[in-house]
Amino acid sequence: MTGSTQKTLVFVEHANGALDDLSAQALTLARGLAKGEVEAIAVGEVDVGPYGATTLHVAELEADYAPAAWAAAVAELAGRLSPSAVVAAGTDRGNEVMAHVAARLDLPFAANCVAVDGDTVTRTRWGGSLLEEARIHGEPALLSVQPHAVAATTSSAPGETAVERFAPELSDADRVVRVVDRVVASGGGVSLAEAKVVVSGGRGVGSTEGFAIVEELAGLLGGAVGCSRAVTMAGWRPHTDQVGQTGTKIAPEIYIACGISGATQHMAGCKGAKKLLAINADGDAPIFASADYAVIGDLHEILPAISAEIRRVRGA
Amino acid sequence: MRVLTCVKRVPMTGGRIVLGDDAQAIETRHLGFTISPHEECGVEEAVRLVEAHGGESVVLTLGPAEAEEQLRDCMAIGADRAIHLVTGEEEWDPQATAAAIVDAIRADGGEFDLILFGNESADGGNYQVGIRVAHALGRPVVNGIKAISVDGGRLRCEREAAGGREVYELPLPAVVGVLEGLNLPRYPSVPGRLRAKSKPVAASTPARPASRLEKVKLVVPAGQGKQAELLGNGAAAAPRVVEVLREVGVL
Repeated sequence: MTGSTQKTLVFVEHANGALDDLSAQALTLARGLAKGEVEAIAVGEVDVGPYGATTLHVAELEADYAPAAWAAAVAELAGRLSPSAVVAAGTDRGNEVMAHVAARLDLPFAANCVAVDGDTVTRTRWGGSLLEEARIHGEPALLSVQPHAVAATTSSAPGETAVERFAPELSDADRVVRVVDRVVASGGGVSLAEAKVVVSGGRGVGSTEGFAIVEELAGLLGGAVGCSRAVTMAGWRPHTDQVGQTGTKIAPEIYIACGISGATQHMAGCKGAKKLLAINADGDAPIFASADYAVIGDLHEILPAISAEIRRVRGA
Repeated sequence: MRVLTCVKRVPMTGGRIVLGDDAQAIETRHLGFTISPHEECGVEEAVRLVEAHGGESVVLTLGPAEAEEQLRDCMAIGADRAIHLVTGEEEWDPQATAAAIVDAIRADGGEFDLILFGNESADGGNYQVGIRVAHALGRPVVNGIKAISVDGGRLRCEREAAGGREVYELPLPAVVGVLEGLNLPRYPSVPGRLRAKSKPVAASTPARPASRLEKVKLVVPAGQGKQAELLGNGAAAAPRVVEVLREVGVL
């Protein structure tokens, strides 16, 4: 490839034309690379103008997600545009599509970057508990953006976004992996990832039955119940309740963590919480270093007391 | 079914990450080691698939000599044999890792029906080795999988998405990136550990190519410098907790 242009190409995701927040963040980072124009590629149409993309390339593919096909479209367009970088949000799909692009083009790919400076990136390891500075030896640079590392800001000089459509060339192999069916989520309850209040229990809760007091408090606050990995591994709660690097990432107004020591992999799952209240019998538990509020003592006494106090002030 | 699961030796970091003086690696002198959580579920799934369908379950790692410990752990829960690509102290970047794995698979005969990877490793979190291996072998690959079933020569995979789960169907042979939650891994039994000691490990020492995603240094992110406000001790803290819940706006 001879000499790239100074464009940045951004693969964006959307829900029926509504740009994903994390893709807006990726577009914002791309503008900050200050290397010429930002162009976007999406499957289907989406308004990227406010975030400064001068052209939207619409890949004419079926709307159903197909990672290799979507990556074929990105790689094909990158071949035509010769951007200096291709950027995506570090979502499940963003990282997957970019990895396919990287494999197709035999280029390095830096996932979950928090900062980019020329050919050097700062990216996350350990779910965000550690940072790595790395040099990318390849062009275009392929990057994904760590969710919430960059605040999405609209462009100060948004212009008219040109829309160009293209039909990517796909091989049979590109079409094999695609969504063929959907299973609708059963059951109601508050989704852990969306809950404004999460009350979690760790090893200190002691048993499946011990979670009754955790459920009670969560119920009173209209929140969701979470747990640590120790609890899931012990079989006390299902994996869908697990908060952490390999579980669910939460972003509540307040996270109440009970009997949870604060392992880095757990904290990687709750760093989006606005406030953290840690309840633990061990005053030296690492979690207190990240907490806004602390209560020291036995959660089996403390949680029922909080629930009782809530009922009292509500006059129930 | 012949199932290969690729695993990586990672330290159990505990409550804090501490770097060595040269900021090139985590200080692991006092840490235990394990394999990435997603991969534990991969190994368990492979063992279950072979229990259900017959065949052979193999584990592979690219890692230092000490990583044999993790291979024995995998064999203790039922993997039949292991492949150890022995490395030195230096890290291998994702492209180099994938290339070495592909070479090893081809050298082994390339006959695996299913190759499982963790969606991403606990430490590097690069999200790409499995996909690169699949491309090199010309096999379909899907990531993010929380349920797998085999029917005839096809794989049915489920992945969480907004509002429920997406279903993918892949023809075998295939590559899948799995997430923790796929299953609840069993604990190794004592007889399992004893049997694992004499299961075969095929070791080789691949040459490490230059890194194209080249680590310069590691940095522990600055803490938020929080000083937790102590609301109280024991049940007596309840009234103050409720005041805070009101202040925060959730009550």
